[in-house]
Amino acid sequence: MLDQTAQPARLPNAAGIGYKPQHFTALCDAPSAVSWLEIHAENYMGDGGRPLAQLRHLAQSFPISVHGVGLSIGGEGALDRDHLARLKQLCDWLNPASFSEHLAWSSHDEAFLNDLLPLPYTDATLARVADHIDQVQTTLGRRMLLENPSSYLAFAESTWSEPDFLAEIARRTGCGLLLDVNNVFVSATNLNFSPQGYIDAFPLDPVGEIHLGGHDTQADDHGAPLLIDSHGREVADPVWALLDYTLARSGPRPLLIEWDNDVPDWPVLETEADRARVALQEVPACA
Amino acid sequence: MRVSETEFRAALLDADQPVPTGLHDSAARPAGCRFDVYRNNVAASLTDALHEGFPAISSLLGKTNMDGVAGLFLRAHPPRTPRLMLYGAAFPDFLAGLEQLAHLGYLADVARLELALRHAYHAADATPITPERLGQTAPETLLTARLTLAPALRLLRAPWPIHDIWRYALEPGAPQPRTEPQDMLITRPDFDPAPHLLPPGGAAWIATLQAGQSWSAAEDAARTEAPDFDLTPVLTLLLQGGAITDLIPER
Repeated sequence: MLDQTAQPARLPNAAGIGYKPQHFTALCDAPSAVSWLEIHAENYMGDGGRPLAQLRHLAQSFPISVHGVGLSIGGEGALDRDHLARLKQLCDWLNPASFSEHLAWSSHDEAFLNDLLPLPYTDATLARVADHIDQVQTTLGRRMLLENPSSYLAFAESTWSEPDFLAEIARRTGCGLLLDVNNVFVSATNLNFSPQGYIDAFPLDPVGEIHLGGHDTQADDHGAPLLIDSHGREVADPVWALLDYTLARSGPRPLLIEWDNDVPDWPVLETEADRARVALQEVPACA
Repeated sequence: MRVSETEFRAALLDADQPVPTGLHDSAARPAGCRFDVYRNNVAASLTDALHEGFPAISSLLGKTNMDGVAGLFLRAHPPRTPRLMLYGAAFPDFLAGLEQLAHLGYLADVARLELALRHAYHAADATPITPERLGQTAPETLLTARLTLAPALRLLRAPWPIHDIWRYALEPGAPQPRTEPQDMLITRPDFDPAPHLLPPGGAAWIATLQAGQSWSAAEDAARTEAPDFDLTPVLTLLLQGGAITDLIPER
């Protein structure tokens, strides 16, 4: 069993990374710019073995954020009760500093599609997502954070802006928000809006965590840039600038570097985490 | 104009289906290749999961063929849960049913081996008994006792030399596979599953104990298959692999 009394109640306003097993030794060996870790919940839903043993060990030294990628909160159907029960089991065992999921859907008709699929922003979607978040928060017995997506297209039927939609969900359910500034930059480029304008409209008070990640650049059918949220490289400079813009308005928040594909060697990842640490140092405590 | 998740999903897994109308870019033009980002994410991530979960199959087929087989499989058998660590339970039977691969009869059993390794990796932890405990048990007690085996233990029996083929696929310089049928034991001493080739009779011995029967019943089963069955190497594999977790004397 973990010593749950030793767990911090919340994530620190410091730099964290998405944990990859290849960095286990480096994290254990020496202090670094990394103050906390995020795990993908689904990777720790086995019965035992190395993943859970490593997590048990790391949780003694680092606050942990559990980040779900498969709950399909935006799904038209009911939430998968077995999956929700496994999330509860993990959170009860680990007592993480934070639990978060995505404004997206990924399961339909008993198939899990392993991607964060987009939602139309309508009253009907809003009611459904809010119901699902109520169910998650009640089942887990904790407040969750909901993350803004990367968008590659828009729904003609949408009647809400994304910041207003998220603000209303947070208001109705009491959930917090996870603001991914790379997602904001990707969506803003892909759908031709101002990323700063998005941040200005975004409800920053309920933001409990900020994500940063790398993106790839492609082109759409008309030659316009189409950014892909690939999490496979360094955070782009304009995204760092958007982070500074955000932090100046929100004040310090827990910052996470996500690097999930083509995972780099430890020094490269730590350099990214250090850049986040420095960005936080430059923020006045009360923005 | 409303796009249901049913409609979205259908177009996602079938590139021949048109992109649903009602999805567009910022200038209200049809989404076009923007929809392909999702199509690609789904197919590429599940294909990667299959390459990662079945490295020997991927090596035996070659990357291009494996990509093709994975593409067929993920559409016929998308994951049922977000626990991708267990994705591919239907893959061995799927391989066995592919006419194009019928000449590679061993593929399904090699895939079963790789699934078993993955399941062993994620199986529950257990504390093994010490070799001394067996040594201190009187022979007559041992013969009527039953054994509890570790949750990570897996047993595979195949009409093919699966151990040799699996090694040949993954280990540079491994010898050419022999032509004999092979039984395999997977133990997990700490965290890394350890695959072993079993001597004749070994699989029958372990399977009988797995079924909850006694030590002597297991010996009978082993000798039926292999009259000169030698328990020592099998017991050594189990003890070194931490695979015996309890010894229950007959009451």
